[in-house]
Amino acid sequence: MVQAILFTLIVVAGTGGELCVSRAMKEVGGAISFHPRAIVRIILRALRVPWMWVGVGMMAVAFFSLLGALSRMNVSFVVPVTALSYIAGALGGLTFLGERVSPQRWLGVFFVAVGVLLVFLGNR
Amino acid sequence: MTPLKDSNLKTYLLIAIMVIAGPLGNVLLGKGMKQVGNELSLWPPSHLLHSGLAIFTCPTIWLGIASLLCFFVAYMLALSWADYSYVQPASSLAYGVVALLGYWMLGEKISPLRWAGIALISLGVFVVGRTNPRTAEHV
Repeated sequence: MVQAILFTLIVVAGTGGELCVSRAMKEVGGAISFHPRAIVRIILRALRVPWMWVGVGMMAVAFFSLLGALSRMNVSFVVPVTALSYIAGALGGLTFLGERVSPQRWLGVFFVAVGVLLVFLGNR
Repeated sequence: MTPLKDSNLKTYLLIAIMVIAGPLGNVLLGKGMKQVGNELSLWPPSHLLHSGLAIFTCPTIWLGIASLLCFFVAYMLALSWADYSYVQPASSLAYGVVALLGYWMLGEKISPLRWAGIALISLGVFVVGRTNPRTAEHV
């Protein structure tokens, strides 16, 4: 039960957070230079986009859930299961960011889903 | 605008950083949480405080956080010019790396079925990774 709650929080809050950060970074614009000063300027600009803060908040929830999961389960089990976020990511990219998800990409997502299932079965 | 080829090269470079720093961070967090694990309790609040202190005074946890920060900065930069639904799956080659690191660094026992699952996840990642980086014109 605790396991299920932790994994749900890691996947839902983690993916939601990443979608918000992605949306914020699109508003900020492409990173053209790798110069440290340019990187700092991009980070400062990103912090002024509200979506960034929503995203960071959700990622913090996901992070503490991850710590909780890692305190009771193996890292080689926890991290592959969080690959469930592929499914959440494809759905979120489709609905929230207006990205087109090709049939080939859906096939990859399907493989990942079956892989996660096997990891779960391998833990019994 | 940068030419497409240049942009692809930068994306691959950032993904390489993500694939190494991300799993290393997770494995270090796992190691740290096992070190402080038996002191953890969320209730009452005094126990929560004690757990928080135990976690954030553990050097291994901080090493893990530093590694994940490297991952996060590379991730943010990549997301600024490539689609989320491209970067996220491509970066997730990390799921295979994390199992190897867990096996080597933490001595975790990994069943054949789990290896098979992880291999399938990697196959899925490969299939997803061979799609076009940019599909949305704007947000």
